[in-house]
Amino acid sequence: MAVNEEATAAIPVETRTTHLRRIWEGISIILASKTAVIGLVIVIFWVFVAVFAPFLTPYTPLEQDWKAPNQGPSTRHILGTDELGRDLWSRLIHGARVVLVILPLSGNLWIPGGTALWGVFAALIVGMTLGLVSGYYGGWIDEVVMRLLDAMMAVPIILLYLIIMAALGTSAVNVVIAITIVGTPGIARLVRSLTLDIRTREYIRAAETRGENPWYIMFVEILPNARGPIIVDTMLRVGYAIFAMGTLGFLGLGLPPPSPDWGSMVAKGREFILAGSPWAALWPSVAIASLVVGLNLLADGLREESMRYQ
Amino acid sequence: MEVAEDTTGATVLDVENLTIAYETRKGDVEAVRGASFKVREGETIGLVGESGCGKSTIAFGIVNFLGPNGKIVEGRIRFQGEELVGRSEGELKRIRGDRIAMVYQDPMQALNPSVRLGDQLAEVLTFHQQISNDDAWQRSIQMLKRVNMPDPEEVMYRYPHQISGGQQQRVVIAMAMLNNPSLLIMDEPTTALDVTVEAAVLDLIEELKRDFKAASVFITHNLGVVARVSDQLCVMYAGQMVEKGAVTDIFRSPHHPYTMGLLASVPRLGESKADSALHPIRGRVPPPAERPMNECIFAPRCDYATEECRKAAPDFIEVSPGHVARCIYTREIESRPRTTKKRRIGKDPEPARSESPEGELLSFEDLKIYYPQESQSVVSLFGLGEKKFVKAVDDVSVRLSKGRTLGVVGESGCGKSTLVKGIIGLEPVTSGDMEFLGIDIDRPVSEREVKLIKEMQMVFQNPDSTLNPSYSVGKQIARPIRRFKTVPKHQVRDEVIRLLKAVRLDEIYYDRLPRQLSGGEKQRVGIARALASRPDLIICDEPVSALDVSVQAAVINLLLEIQELYGSSMIFIAHDLSVVRFFSDDIAVMYLGQIVEIGPAEAIYSPPYHPYTEALLSAVPIPDPDAEQKQVRLGGNVPSALNPPSGCRFHTRCPRRKEMLPDDGEICEREVPPWRSTEHGHRIFCHIPLEKLETLEPVVHSSG
Repeated sequence: MAVNEEATAAIPVETRTTHLRRIWEGISIILASKTAVIGLVIVIFWVFVAVFAPFLTPYTPLEQDWKAPNQGPSTRHILGTDELGRDLWSRLIHGARVVLVILPLSGNLWIPGGTALWGVFAALIVGMTLGLVSGYYGGWIDEVVMRLLDAMMAVPIILLYLIIMAALGTSAVNVVIAITIVGTPGIARLVRSLTLDIRTREYIRAAETRGENPWYIMFVEILPNARGPIIVDTMLRVGYAIFAMGTLGFLGLGLPPPSPDWGSMVAKGREFILAGSPWAALWPSVAIASLVVGLNLLADGLREESMRYQ
Repeated sequence: MEVAEDTTGATVLDVENLTIAYETRKGDVEAVRGASFKVREGETIGLVGESGCGKSTIAFGIVNFLGPNGKIVEGRIRFQGEELVGRSEGELKRIRGDRIAMVYQDPMQALNPSVRLGDQLAEVLTFHQQISNDDAWQRSIQMLKRVNMPDPEEVMYRYPHQISGGQQQRVVIAMAMLNNPSLLIMDEPTTALDVTVEAAVLDLIEELKRDFKAASVFITHNLGVVARVSDQLCVMYAGQMVEKGAVTDIFRSPHHPYTMGLLASVPRLGESKADSALHPIRGRVPPPAERPMNECIFAPRCDYATEECRKAAPDFIEVSPGHVARCIYTREIESRPRTTKKRRIGKDPEPARSESPEGELLSFEDLKIYYPQESQSVVSLFGLGEKKFVKAVDDVSVRLSKGRTLGVVGESGCGKSTLVKGIIGLEPVTSGDMEFLGIDIDRPVSEREVKLIKEMQMVFQNPDSTLNPSYSVGKQIARPIRRFKTVPKHQVRDEVIRLLKAVRLDEIYYDRLPRQLSGGEKQRVGIARALASRPDLIICDEPVSALDVSVQAAVINLLLEIQELYGSSMIFIAHDLSVVRFFSDDIAVMYLGQIVEIGPAEAIYSPPYHPYTEALLSAVPIPDPDAEQKQVRLGGNVPSALNPPSGCRFHTRCPRRKEMLPDDGEICEREVPPWRSTEHGHRIFCHIPLEKLETLEPVVHSSG
């Protein structure tokens, strides 16, 4: 943000060391909590395999081995293969890639940052802005924004996802849009309640006395002081987003086939569980569960530990 | 109990060599070290000291509320001859029973918000005694009458939020007295109350002390309060008692440098910056983990310290019978030279200044600030029905000249803060004219010109929320400099450091975060931030009320120095009348949105008084047990600003109108009073003619 730019431009080295110190403080909070460390290890594992996916497997996720469909783990395919003989390990880690590392736009075009992350990020921007505006201004603006968001929250989440995806069609970008729309009301509510508290502090009055622009007050004076709860909430929301992607994929509304998508892998593999090949359904389920649990552990540990220091 | 020693009665509580520690991650930390004192029947002992000195820890130690990580390391606490330390919870319950009662600072936390007051009071009786509910109810009503609660029968059926703060504290005191305890522990019982309410509660405590003969321990940081209620006094510093003795002895001739410092750092009522100076104690109370064992704890802040003081922890030395001080120089302290240079504080303001104002800076005429009150009725949903307004500021006119300080005083809810918000443009003005530097400023801050905004800055009350916790000190001071472009961009850092030095902070504070600073330091940074735009007018909204007395003096001195240096005008809001008197040239007394008296400070503090000013002044606790103070007490509460009383707004509580006006002052209920002027621009808003007001006696007779 604006302040950081100013800082690096005008203020010499000492301030940067305080930045480093603050980052180190953040890390030491995580390391102080066992829960957070376990969560962090799980999350780092998935991020690692997702980033280096092309180097961790000899197969591409789409390569079909007609001679070896529905196999269990073996030395050639460490996690086994699916009904078309595609390598499950390769599909799994490329699936993680879509979730955490790349956002496919169209064809071979993609941008860095996973689908789930982009969705949560967009929801964060929209939700934060709405929350700050309605919390800071109050009055009828608050009333209108909050009632609209209430109306959105009244629709069951799965239903909301289905409506949005059915209306927009299936693509990674549309998944991002769906996650954004579904995630916004919750973030807005959280940020609004934090803003209501922070705006009564005297440093906000000091800023108003200086005649600062309301946007400056909201984003520079208020927002940084709300960051703790927002960070924790965001981690949980990334978990929910991964869950949502799984659900959409399972219902056939996620990424279009044949791209490796955890949800659709479970949906396909499900048919072969009783036929004696549970592997194709098992691995992506484990992947979703472990990643979501990891993020939850990380968020919980972080919250507990930062509360203890207050 | 067996032998009643002399006239003061038996010893109720005997604390000996008490040491209390808290377990922390870094090991045990001693919060109280070797405290000893005795309280006899009918006697009040005051524990006084700054925050962090262990006063409350002693109280909690006595009733065993130290929490999971607190423990008594050493010492004895004997209550009516029975040892309390080392007993199990059950035994303690038996010994203490209903004989120790406690009153806390915040009555709202002592009362259960969801239970009727009557039930809470009666429960105290039925829990400890075999007594029927009806009897308990009747006795509770008796006790409420005893604590001067208006309509006690009615109050029994109310909930805590339905009565005022002063009344809540009365209920808590009634609850504590119901079982006729032998020992009453009061932990800052009046700190959260307005000065007029505080005076009434202190009167009550004194009365109860006489009637009930309970021994009491009174904890406070306020020297004035302790001078009024205590017989014996223990001055605490950093967990240790540094001076003990009879209240009059200690106030007349303090012998420990800390006590001397405390007394020198509060202004007496009536003192002003022109004729006296405040002497702060430098530094701060060391945190419990950093208190040295083998030297005098106070030495680092002491003006008399020598090498000798750092060699061994001093013991008590007797000054006179019953008066001891923990200082190796106790006997010779009055004649000893100071080992540190005293800082020069301000010079006398030129007498010419007050006579010939350099011109007008700020003026407002008939200023009104009303808040619309949302009605709950259905009719108002459709925009029908009567619109109601909270008249927070009503018809206020003030003129402020350049270089002068206007003090604004009044009880909470009188509109002081709203007035300030109106001036600064944070609150829309309903009507009236405001002019600042000859420019009309009748508009919100967002529509004002930058060059106007920069001339008007503010210092806030609460050191913990005055700075944004996310940014370093340097950045927060730099922001207004950048915004108002006071200096070219590349000089911003130098300017910030110059400002830090102006508020007596070192360059190393530049990169500190607010949570690394103490309360006084935060307040200094807040002042530096307000100075950054080099404003003509600084508005100080209770800038020292949240600080400890020794720090308070330093901040007041700093503000005076700054005013002298930059010639800024100030508006100084405070509820402490001694501080306002000390600081201000002119004073406006506000009541319920209106100014009732305005004029030069010295005129306000001597007759003729407005009856409200008289009551305020007589309520101020004076840190001098020998001072004689007139007792004028206000009945009732401040009426609602939604529906202020007709005529003179003060008539519902005015103690003077019946005796000084014909027809029991019936005119006050009907007609708005006239402004009555004396010389020097001193004006009083009252029906009582000046000649009669002049016959009022001065509130304080100092014996000195």
